[in-house]
Amino acid sequence: MNLVLALTIAVLFASGIYCLMRRCLMRLVVGLILLGQGANLLVFAAAGLTAGQPALVAEGASAPPPGAADPLPQALVLTAIVIGFGLTVFSLTLLNRARKASGTDDVDAFNRTDAV
Amino acid sequence: MTLLWPILVLAGTGFLAPLLSPRLRSAALFALVPAAVAGWFAWQMATLGKDETMTSSLPWFGMLGAGLDFWLDGFGGLMALLATGIGSLIAVYASGYMGGHPQMGRFLMLLFGFMAAMVGVVVADNLILLFVFWELTSITSYLLIGFNHEDKEARAKALQALLVTGAGGLAMLAGLLLLGGAADSWKLSELLGRGEQIGASPMYPVFTLLILAGAAAKSAQVPLHFWLPNAMAAPTPVSAYLHSATMVKAGVFLLARLSPVLDGTVLWHGTLGGVTLLTGAGLGIVQHDLKRILAYTTLAVLGTLTMLIGVGTELALESMVVFLVGHALYKAALFMVAGTIDHGTGTRDVRRLWGLRRIMPFTATAALLAAFSKAGFPPFFGFIGKEYVYKTGSAMEAAAPLLLGVAVVGNTMLFALALKAGFHPFWSKRQAGADPVAAHEGPPSLWAPPLALALAGLALGLFPGWAAETVVASAVCGIMQHPVEVSLALWHGLNLPLLLSGVTIAGGFFLYRQRRLLWRHHHTVEALRGPMHVYERGLAGLVDFAKAQTRALQSGTLSRYIFIILGSTTALLLWKFAHFREWPDLAWRGGVDWVPLALCIMVMAGAVVATTTSSRITILFALGVVGLGIAVIFLFYSAPDLAITQILVEALTIILLLMVVHHLAPIRHEQHSWGTASQALLSVVFGLCMGLLVRHAKELQLAASIAETLAAWSYPEAHGRNVVNVILVDFRALDTFGEIVVLAIAAIGVAALLQREPSVRKERT
Repeated sequence: MNLVLALTIAVLFASGIYCLMRRCLMRLVVGLILLGQGANLLVFAAAGLTAGQPALVAEGASAPPPGAADPLPQALVLTAIVIGFGLTVFSLTLLNRARKASGTDDVDAFNRTDAV
Repeated sequence: MTLLWPILVLAGTGFLAPLLSPRLRSAALFALVPAAVAGWFAWQMATLGKDETMTSSLPWFGMLGAGLDFWLDGFGGLMALLATGIGSLIAVYASGYMGGHPQMGRFLMLLFGFMAAMVGVVVADNLILLFVFWELTSITSYLLIGFNHEDKEARAKALQALLVTGAGGLAMLAGLLLLGGAADSWKLSELLGRGEQIGASPMYPVFTLLILAGAAAKSAQVPLHFWLPNAMAAPTPVSAYLHSATMVKAGVFLLARLSPVLDGTVLWHGTLGGVTLLTGAGLGIVQHDLKRILAYTTLAVLGTLTMLIGVGTELALESMVVFLVGHALYKAALFMVAGTIDHGTGTRDVRRLWGLRRIMPFTATAALLAAFSKAGFPPFFGFIGKEYVYKTGSAMEAAAPLLLGVAVVGNTMLFALALKAGFHPFWSKRQAGADPVAAHEGPPSLWAPPLALALAGLALGLFPGWAAETVVASAVCGIMQHPVEVSLALWHGLNLPLLLSGVTIAGGFFLYRQRRLLWRHHHTVEALRGPMHVYERGLAGLVDFAKAQTRALQSGTLSRYIFIILGSTTALLLWKFAHFREWPDLAWRGGVDWVPLALCIMVMAGAVVATTTSSRITILFALGVVGLGIAVIFLFYSAPDLAITQILVEALTIILLLMVVHHLAPIRHEQHSWGTASQALLSVVFGLCMGLLVRHAKELQLAASIAETLAAWSYPEAHGRNVVNVILVDFRALDTFGEIVVLAIAAIGVAALLQREPSVRKERT
């Protein structure tokens, strides 16, 4: 099953990178989002997958049952998801502003900052 | 600590100079400081026996073998005395020469900084410390040559000196490190007694050559000689001080200092010195600029000194010390005279100067005395120096005719040059067609220092016995590291050296008479392409290379940058995979879980659609599919918290995109080209690499996981049943706090960007 997940990560990274190399602003944002998703999934999957056993302490017990999922990477990925959202919002605003300032949404036309 | 004081005092004076110099009536008062330091050194040397040393040390980087270790012996003391004694005269001279210069403070600061560094070089015991001071002299020299920094030429010449001596310094550092390793000591005072251990090292030839290269660059030996004549772009006090009397002697100093352990190098030093002597004198003979004449004769003298160190006998080292002291005295004096002439007449071109003795009598006296010492007339100290060189040569067992021949030819040319620089401008008669020289004698500060130095050269020559006892003997003891007896005399009887002196004087006079003929060949000689051409080509090549690689890499196009960065990352990853031959296991194991399989296919399809479609709404839809698919994958693999967060964030992102997307222009379809194809290929390969990494990561567990401890503590310690939540808000609360701060900053940024819309200057294209 891992293999399919690895392939999914590969596809997310590949499409994310490809989008980042496009000239259109919209694609740039799409690339950032896809890359973020791929990275989250990579960290999550790299720690090992456990189906159907979340790291929860049951009523009356003092620790999660043996064999429960590893909570640490989950905590890391949770942080990453939120930060990724912040990044998306900020870059979207920034690029939108840059587009307005320069009057174009061609990324390659952004290299003449003096003209802005 | 004792020996650190003179350095601190000089450096401190330098730092105070910019503050004090505008308030003092005359900058000549600064000369009191080096004079006092010179007095202190003289007193120390008088109290030290001739083969005694004085040491002082302070801890510094002890672990690295670098301590503030200093030592003072006869040789170091002599050099320190020259540096500070001549230094104080230079300070007096500079106050007259540069008087009223708006940046006198800066000049004095650099001059004193150099003086401190130079004293540091000659009294440093520790090799690392020696290197530090050595480089400080290069840097201050750079700043002094380029003192007139608005002059492009001066800047280029300063850079040239810095690059050549700096590169040599690096070679020397490597050599010193190897030497210290071979001797098991970083202290010169210990290391000089371990000649056998050093000689037995397999690295011996390597560090000998590296140190020789460093010394050759500093002391302007062929082929690294070209920076010295060019350094004449410096103000004259600097040339007089750094580029004749002190700094350029540092290389010779180091070679002499290390000669007890790096002996057996007659061939290297001898050849290097001999070639430098002939090159310097030969190139100098056609010069007509006073400072360049002097610079080339300095080259010739430095060559002689190197040659004598190569010979290495007691007699040779005695000659070396005598020659060095004599040269320091007369050359600094002649340089100052050149500056005074320049100051008084506005030109340094010897061809235009004649009969100045009536107008500048004091300068003329100083020049005559110095020139006679340089030419090697008795009873000047220069005569004894030359006599000793011939004596050394005739006492050699092998190669005596060669050394003597080189020395006679070189000295003959030096004789002619000495008269040209110190005699011709003052005593020659007016030539037909020459302009009358409008000149005036300088103030005492311009002629007193050279006169003092020239008289010192005469005094040492008149009382050679005293000079031998006080200065020369202790210096030779310091070099050879064992007691020696030295006696100098003006008259040695009728022998070979005297005969050779006669030949030198006769030949020199002949060459001097031919000076006008030689000047006509000036342009022919200047047009020769030498090592400087190699330097210039090399420098231009470096700049061209830098430009070419900047053009290639810094294209200013985002996609190109990403392509280069990811391309190299991918190449490294692939190389690692291939290197370890650990291709992850791609075999399919276990059954098929239909739910995650379907989810994965959904996510992949979404990603591909988002990448390929040009409909904006379809992109949003595809992104939603990807995000929600991943959320359900999280849920399936026991991560409910992740799933909840992901769904929330996904919803917010889509809403946000919906708000913005209608402002964005429709996606233009890009032309498919080789560029797009290679970008697509790189993306796929990079993606596959990341996939392989995931497969590989499962086999990698570098340290015991802390997850079990966290899970075990979660309820008893933090009273939370959801371990992931407890980690976030309790165990790693600071991380979460940082995350909140990041979000807050992003929010502030967004708010700031939305606050004021910029005025659109161009129409939408």
